[in-house]
Amino acid sequence: MSAHLILENISKVFGLNVEAGLEALRQGKSKTEMLESSAHVLGVRDINLQIERGELFVIMGLSGSGKSTLVRMINRLIDPSAGRVLVDDVDVTAMSNHELIEVRRRKISMVFQSFALLPHLSIIENVAFGLHIAGVEKKQAMERARQALKLVGISEVADHRPDQLSGGMQQRVGLARAWVTESEIMLMDEAFSALDPLIRTEMQDALLALQQSAKRTIVFISHDLAEAVRIADRIAVMAEGEIRQVGTPTEIIENPADDYVRAFFRDVQFSRLFTAGDIAMPGVTPGAIPGTKSSMLEPVSATDLLEDILPRAAETEESLPVADTQGNIMGFIDRTRLLEVLARGRVK
Amino acid sequence: MNFDIPIDQWVTNFVDFLLEYGQSFFDILSIALETLTFGIEDSLMFPPPWLLIILLTGLAAWRTNWRFAVFTLASLMLIIGMDLWQETVATLALVMAATLVSLSIGIPLGILAAYKDWFERIIRPVLDLMQTMPAFVYLIPAAMFFGLGQVPGVVATIIFSMPPVVRLTNLGIRQVPKDLLEAGLAFGCTSWQLLRKVQFPAARPSIMAGINQTIMLALSMVVIASMIGAGGLGDTVLRGIQRLDVGLGFEGGLGVVILAIILDRITQSFGNNGIRR
Ligand SMILES: Nc1ncnc2c1ncn2[C@@H]1O[C@H](COP(=O)(O)OP(=O)(O)O)[C@@H](O)[C@H]1O
Ligand SMILES: [Mg+2]
Repeated sequence: MSAHLILENISKVFGLNVEAGLEALRQGKSKTEMLESSAHVLGVRDINLQIERGELFVIMGLSGSGKSTLVRMINRLIDPSAGRVLVDDVDVTAMSNHELIEVRRRKISMVFQSFALLPHLSIIENVAFGLHIAGVEKKQAMERARQALKLVGISEVADHRPDQLSGGMQQRVGLARAWVTESEIMLMDEAFSALDPLIRTEMQDALLALQQSAKRTIVFISHDLAEAVRIADRIAVMAEGEIRQVGTPTEIIENPADDYVRAFFRDVQFSRLFTAGDIAMPGVTPGAIPGTKSSMLEPVSATDLLEDILPRAAETEESLPVADTQGNIMGFIDRTRLLEVLARGRVK
Repeated sequence: MNFDIPIDQWVTNFVDFLLEYGQSFFDILSIALETLTFGIEDSLMFPPPWLLIILLTGLAAWRTNWRFAVFTLASLMLIIGMDLWQETVATLALVMAATLVSLSIGIPLGILAAYKDWFERIIRPVLDLMQTMPAFVYLIPAAMFFGLGQVPGVVATIIFSMPPVVRLTNLGIRQVPKDLLEAGLAFGCTSWQLLRKVQFPAARPSIMAGINQTIMLALSMVVIASMIGAGGLGDTVLRGIQRLDVGLGFEGGLGVVILAIILDRITQSFGNNGIRR
């Protein structure tokens, strides 16, 4: 079976004469050269990607590297200058306007960096927006929206207005609005970048929990290295409109394709990236019974950063029990596990 | 230097031309506007004054606050006390008729201007002209095409009051944030849905500000239009001037001010995105 979402030789040139721009691109001119010689802005150059069903695929790169342009070509908010986008082997780039609208309603949803909630609608109406547009009957749409709000944990603000909510809450609404359409593909353009670090981690957890409940194919744009490593199944690293490397976080960290990627990942500090809960292994440690509060050693909290449990790990030869927010034992961490994660970022 | 460009002659010729060949068109237009204006006036005069006063007070209480509702009640009682009820209602009917037509032409024009840059470039100078031309100038052709009375008053008022709503509809729709448009499109809006469900509601505060200004301009013009026999409060003011009766003129003016304050506050209350106070 072929991949869920395929990008084939996708390029985008911004400028008055796209043909001339594409020609310059074929000649292999760099982004700067194109801008100087022909006043064309290179958006992205010749991208090929295969994204599997149910994958959480992160595209990362510095600002201006072409991430937003790339992700918008998947649902054709931006039309590619060249290349094809295939969803379930169907060519989205060849679709009529009518077919495209159907695909946007049923197959591809989107979450925005700026939340992009409609200010005149209540929270629940915002969540139901996509369903409403697609012609889902009102009562049913509201019921599904209510479910989705519950899923992202903000049922209590259903009747508020967007401007009454904090940024984190607003993005939960944005997430619910995309999730509720049951689209198989979800595009998230720097969805969490505008949030405080603490809230950002919470949102990442919320997304991972959703992804656990029902696998969707997620294309997640980020410029935040920690975020990418933390949530990604695979990462694509972009620079100047091109993809430099694709791989699992571990692959990229262990085998960077070039100096750019190496420099990019040099500063990852896994001890600050992961929590005890992220790396806890299921199983039984001496004297600890999973699912209860019973353990011989004092457990560490699932929300503690690895950095904070290092002293505890240094004190004892034993594995450390990890307790969830209710205080129940959810697993344990032994030294080998801890060192492996700290050295290589291997989590999954 | 001494040369003469006979713009006055051209305009006169143009109006003559229209009069000669467009008479039946103006007749139909005249009947339509007359029906509209009298229809509104008759239905406002039909119920007893106290009922209308209660309705307006209720509207003020719902849209604003109790203090303004009290003001509405007291000021309308004052109008009855000055024996100007009929004139006030006549003026209100003229304003409503003219505004109705202004909006149903102006809002679509504003939308078109927001969508098409070429149309904005054409209409911008026209709107500038319409607004800077002294209001009295509209009275002459209006009277020539439609005679004397309410109808030419309504016509002059429509032309004079339309620019703000066109301008602010255009501006409001152009200023809708790009991410909202993207959200609308990404969830599968057709162009019509995008306009109805995203652009129009998001532009609503601006459009309502335009409607408010259009109503205020209409009111000021209706007073001037009494010079060609449009009647109402303007007529009271005009008689005050003609007879050098300061008291009468002041009463008419007070009526206009009261109407202006009530219309202003109530239409403004619809501008804040449906969120009250
Ligand atoms: N509409 C546009 N017109 C011209 N240039 C654009 C347009 N949109 C994006 N670009 C350019 O394309 C490049 C990639 O932009 P973008 O995809 O927004 O990058 P990122 O999301 O990674 O920050 C940038 O150089 C940007 O200036
Ligand atoms: Mg971007």
